[in-house]
Amino acid sequence: MNYDRIKEKLEILADAAKYDVSCSSSGGNRKNTNKGLGDSSSSGICHTYTEDGRCVSLLKILLTNFCIYDCAYCVTRKSNDIQRAAFTVEEVVDLTMNFYRRNYIEGLFLSSGIFKNADYTMERLVRVAKKLRLEQNFNGYIHLKSIPGASDELMREAGLYADRLSMNLEIPTESGLKLLAPDKDHQQMIKPMGFVKNEISLYKDERKKFKSTPKFAPAGQSTQMIVGASPETDLQIIQVADHFYKNFSMKRVYYSGYVPVSNDARLPGLGSQVPLVRENRLYQADWLMRFYGFKANEILVKNNPFLDLEVDPKLGWALRNITDFPVTLQTAPLEMILRVPGIGVKSAYKIVNARKFQNLTLEHLQKMGVATNRAKYFIVVANSNKNLIHLDSVHLKNLIVGDTKSKFENPFSNQTSLLNDDTFLR
Amino acid sequence: MTILFYDSTFEGFLTAVFEVFEYKYQDVQIVHSGTFQNSFFAEPIEIITNPEKADRVLKRLEKQLGKSGIQDILYAFLSEDVSRETILLQSISYAVANPDKNILQDFSNSAVMQLSKLVKSVNRERHRMKAFIRFELLKDGIYFAEIFPDFDVLTLIITHFKNRYQDQKWLIYDSKRGYGVYYDLTSVEIISLDQPIAFSESQKKELLDKKELHYQKLWIEYFDHTNIKERRNDKLHVQHVPKRYWKYLTEKKML
Repeated sequence: MNYDRIKEKLEILADAAKYDVSCSSSGGNRKNTNKGLGDSSSSGICHTYTEDGRCVSLLKILLTNFCIYDCAYCVTRKSNDIQRAAFTVEEVVDLTMNFYRRNYIEGLFLSSGIFKNADYTMERLVRVAKKLRLEQNFNGYIHLKSIPGASDELMREAGLYADRLSMNLEIPTESGLKLLAPDKDHQQMIKPMGFVKNEISLYKDERKKFKSTPKFAPAGQSTQMIVGASPETDLQIIQVADHFYKNFSMKRVYYSGYVPVSNDARLPGLGSQVPLVRENRLYQADWLMRFYGFKANEILVKNNPFLDLEVDPKLGWALRNITDFPVTLQTAPLEMILRVPGIGVKSAYKIVNARKFQNLTLEHLQKMGVATNRAKYFIVVANSNKNLIHLDSVHLKNLIVGDTKSKFENPFSNQTSLLNDDTFLR
Repeated sequence: MTILFYDSTFEGFLTAVFEVFEYKYQDVQIVHSGTFQNSFFAEPIEIITNPEKADRVLKRLEKQLGKSGIQDILYAFLSEDVSRETILLQSISYAVANPDKNILQDFSNSAVMQLSKLVKSVNRERHRMKAFIRFELLKDGIYFAEIFPDFDVLTLIITHFKNRYQDQKWLIYDSKRGYGVYYDLTSVEIISLDQPIAFSESQKKELLDKKELHYQKLWIEYFDHTNIKERRNDKLHVQHVPKRYWKYLTEKKML
């Protein structure tokens, strides 16, 4: 092997792949039954973190950054004057195996620029996965990109070797896509997602009848939307996400704050700030839908379609629905406890368990890990809670904001830990 | 006050717990032999580890607290925390006093809350070892990693590594506690080296397989290029990878 040449390719093709924020290695459940290499940990493992604070779980690379498309927001676009490179199938297999053997990674996330046509590209991605599974006995995690317009046959094969498949929508609306990615067709992107969704449920049903049925993309599908490249509102983004969770059984929707890569007049210019706070608020909204029982139309409303950057969306909802409070912790149902600002999923379950033993006080809650600086305004506890007098106050928001140290004081050096938290349920 | 001291093993500790109830000691403290100091005011009693007594304690607690409860108790013990014996004895006494309840869910009880914190710390360290261990391929074909975990978690990660790396020989060595785990392609055994591992960097390089440094360099290169400079966030980076783990990490090495 020519390691210097591989190093050059790795630089180019890791650089080109890094804007895809998905890093999750969870949800796979492949067992090492063939005395081979690898066993997927169902909770996923972040093996390290980059200096931007993002989890590194998979070897995330493009097979090639040659591309026939010219999408304005993409660093790999045809018209961009950059170095191009391509890995051979063997090189990707060798890197994956050797990185995995040293416990650097959970597996491979392979994407690609589109060369020649969709099927030609997809066929090569599938070939890498197939070689890893059949020739190398590799049972680690494999995430393959679905190429827009790829045939059903190739998508089916991909699903049999990969743990997760993803297709990045990137631009949430059809009109935005037309503007920024004129060669791409919205329908061509949706079709493979629909196919994969149907195959997953088909194989699942079949498995109930015959245990020998192979697994099809056991870690499901995901997608990504770029935030801040096109003029969509947060409401539109959340509605699209909700649509995908409901109708395509998506495991995850990722939000990627647009990092300027071009001076194209249709986009924010080079050097403009990455919208990290907005991205964080969207993830919080996403979490509310997936783990806290909120509906998309509760989080945002038409006449106010952007998330408040100053407060998190759960607190925002509470402030708009103050009549639902205070919540009496000793008797309230779990669903309502989950809606109290400052109480997370784990704390909510702790409260429901602990209240069987005794009446809980603010001190108990603090020890359990509840953010009482927010929660105290919204709850009735065993001892008297003098903070409740502020509940009807018009200054409640200012009171809480003043009381809370924001992690976004300097939006450039701070960002959320939420989106990297692979230990959380997925 | 009565002081019971035991041999620092989990079984020894459980034997001590058994005897607290057997002899109905009231004002009692359990300490392990490593920390025991003679005191004028206390009456020290040496506990002889008894597997039968230990087993009875475990069985009794498992009935009430379930398998996960037993796991919590073991994890808290492995924390090597100075007050682990006190926290565990308080929690166990609380369980015995409320035989029909799973008291480990009572987070309003301060001993239970402290116990759950110890469990969380040990669990986190266990998870970190799964993540941060880096193997280096040696000339003799063994993938080797040296670790210095905050808590005694090596035995808790054996199954994970055994399931994962079945077609390669590997050795993980806890240099802080002087023992390791070796897999020889068929089974895993606990080993301990006669001397501590103390190689200089150049001596270490002599031991490596000739391809090893190539892959380390490729990994460092990858780590560097998968980072988005426009999003640099040192605080978050260090929060996820505390500096004390950097010595494990190939990607933090200067090659």
